[in-house]
Amino acid sequence: MKNTHIQTTVDDHRIAKLAAFAIALHMVEAVIPSPLPGVKPGIANIVTLYVLYQYGFATAAWVSILRVFASSLLLGQFLSPTFILSLSGAVVSLAVLWLAMHLPKRYFGAVSLSILAAFGHIAGQLLLVRFWLIPHAGVAYLIPVFALAALFFGLINGLITAKLLYNKR
Amino acid sequence: MFNLPRYLKLLNLTSLNPKLFNPKLFSPKLFNPKLFNPKLITQHVLFGDWLVLVAGVFCVLYLFQTLWSGEHAAKVQIRLSDKIYATYSLNQQREVHVHGKLGDAVIVIAQGKARFSKSPCTTQYCVHQGWLSHAGQAAICLPNQISLELIGDAKPYDSLNY
Repeated sequence: MKNTHIQTTVDDHRIAKLAAFAIALHMVEAVIPSPLPGVKPGIANIVTLYVLYQYGFATAAWVSILRVFASSLLLGQFLSPTFILSLSGAVVSLAVLWLAMHLPKRYFGAVSLSILAAFGHIAGQLLLVRFWLIPHAGVAYLIPVFALAALFFGLINGLITAKLLYNKR
Repeated sequence: MFNLPRYLKLLNLTSLNPKLFNPKLFSPKLFNPKLFNPKLITQHVLFGDWLVLVAGVFCVLYLFQTLWSGEHAAKVQIRLSDKIYATYSLNQQREVHVHGKLGDAVIVIAQGKARFSKSPCTTQYCVHQGWLSHAGQAAICLPNQISLELIGDAKPYDSLNY
């Protein structure tokens, strides 16, 4: 009888641990009320950014996508519009990170990557909303509010990540 | 049965010795009110980070400016008793006299704006609306059954029923 036990590598364990941390942060964030649906601190992205710096893009992408899937399952939002929005935001922000991670580290630290990824996140979500969920030109009124939230929370998350990276080194 | 030593061994905690925990977690520095001093916060913000931050601020301001300021209207539509009485371009100087249920109302169009200048109603709410300039804005005189609506290229509301 063939051995059906999956051989897990050290990378798998590492990704699982980090994804668990991100999921936990997402759970904590789910308790915090938000003034407008979609305006949220996004503290789980601290883990994504930290992982990007420490372990590279592939691990960060795994952690981010796993976090989206697992936290939506835990919150009972799997395959709901919330999940699709979360996924689209995560995918676009990962794409932005993939491009922005090549910026010179001497000048661009975690703060700029966080802000850029946050803007990518809301851009992905707003595009999805505009072309699928709420196909109305009135969505344009939401763009400035989300941009302000992205700037503010992107900055805070970036500062936290920078501090964590500094402490780790 | 709840076997505490066995559970602690599983968690790699063979004793509840606080020294096993990271002492830095309980150091006064973490709860120092000086945590919010500017130097501590900005010491990790690099030159490029400031650029991105400033660019982000300008981006947000620009977005508020373009998307939140109402667009200038092109036409004014006057309705009498729920039927379109006339549509005029705002690009003219004109006084329109409309005979409503209560009497004559005067609508003035000037400099891309329109308003009720005289109305026979008692409350004069329509007149007090003043100059309308943005698309979607409206002034209505319910007793006299006359309404003004400014129309631009895109309607911010799908429909408004009075």
